[in-house]
Amino acid sequence: MNALLSPADIDAIWLTLKLAFTVTILLLLLGTPLAWWLAHSRARWRGAINALVALPLILPPTVLGFYLLVAMGPNGPLGRLTAEVGLGALPFTFAGLVIGSLIYSLPFVVQPIRDAFIAIGPRPLEVAATLGARPIDAFFSVVLPLARPGFLTATVLGFAHTVGEFGVVLMIGGNIPNETRVVAIQIYDHVEALEYTQAHWLAGGLLAFSFIVLLALHTLNDRQAKR
Amino acid sequence: MNKAIRSLYAALLLLIAPMAIGGEVTVAVASNFIKPIEAVAPAFTKVTGHRVRISTGSTGKFYAQIQRGAPFDVFLSADEARPARLEDEGFAVSGSRFIYAIGRLVLWQAETHRDIQPDALRFADGGRVAVANPVTAPYGTAAAAAIEKLGLTAALAPRLVQGENIGQTFQFVATGNAAYGFVAWSQVSQNGTLIRGSGWLVPANMHPPIRQAATLLTRGADNPAARAFVAFLKSDAARQIIRQHGYDTE
Repeated sequence: MNALLSPADIDAIWLTLKLAFTVTILLLLLGTPLAWWLAHSRARWRGAINALVALPLILPPTVLGFYLLVAMGPNGPLGRLTAEVGLGALPFTFAGLVIGSLIYSLPFVVQPIRDAFIAIGPRPLEVAATLGARPIDAFFSVVLPLARPGFLTATVLGFAHTVGEFGVVLMIGGNIPNETRVVAIQIYDHVEALEYTQAHWLAGGLLAFSFIVLLALHTLNDRQAKR
Repeated sequence: MNKAIRSLYAALLLLIAPMAIGGEVTVAVASNFIKPIEAVAPAFTKVTGHRVRISTGSTGKFYAQIQRGAPFDVFLSADEARPARLEDEGFAVSGSRFIYAIGRLVLWQAETHRDIQPDALRFADGGRVAVANPVTAPYGTAAAAAIEKLGLTAALAPRLVQGENIGQTFQFVATGNAAYGFVAWSQVSQNGTLIRGSGWLVPANMHPPIRQAATLLTRGADNPAARAFVAFLKSDAARQIIRQHGYDTE
């Protein structure tokens, strides 16, 4: 395998996996309360929040990346904030990529979970309440198991979308090995440098890996659904 | 024939005529050359009556696209190597390539009225330094050579950020995300003077020359407009426009 993939390729693969895992876990933690609120709130600005969550689907990634570059730069609002709390500048860092990916992949995680919550409806929670379950209990023992397909879709889409992310990383990454040079950038560089063989191996590997992950998750889901 | 129909035909003919007189040439242009090509194209149309369609992008992408039948007549590359390869591979007319522009590199900072010397790069807390990708972008290759010549390769390694092309490299510095950048003189100058930020023009002997070659593609070989465009690009009028935009010419 080492003969086909250079050490730089393998570094890029590890970095991509690290980014995708970090972003997926953070998005599940942050996205679940947001999805719950979107599914149940009667607030008038719920529509506006729903629209905001969907915006990354529409904006071209390079445009989103450019705005992030400006916002996270030393003169941007986010950049001033991070400088004030001593975090320094975010562009060209792994933390910067995580923040960019959180925004970019947000709708892919929040929307399936929100739709699963809506599909469950109020009835199971009411039943749980009459049986004496506290809301937190009911959420973990009733809602979460029922919403499992939604969470699975959210996890798969969030992970896959972060692995395949390119435009945002291109704009705010700076192509630094082990920090921001993810697989998509590495493939792009191989193509630009006319190293088509290396590009094929890396792209083929990415394709095979993604297919296996998706297949495994769906098989698992089908098996559990049958139980 | 009825008079109304005849005048209708006459009107149609008038509409079509200007399009029929001149030909059309489709040119693929490396993104560092956007500004000069936008000045060269109208001058060419004025002299010859041929229209120019301009596509801009990275040299590497254009190379791959041309190999797969992209509909371009002329290719203005950012380097010499890829036009040469296209000629060898039969996608461009053999022997048609020539140097249309020679790029200059400048160490640049977004703030104005600074006296920039390369020694400023030695300070460890001096912030990020942006360069174009040294492997794929000719300006990046030149920047890496200049940094080597300055003896700063090891010192700058942890502070370097790479732009995908020279446009993005400029953007990193212009947005304040990098303190310095090695950008194209053509991006920050007009008629030989700096028009934005502060800069230090890297002496041409500190890096291999950034020689940008153009070539007539096989698809444009029989297109009179394409041949006229190549000839115009070699003319004094075109060379003067190119020099005004911060390039040297041969």
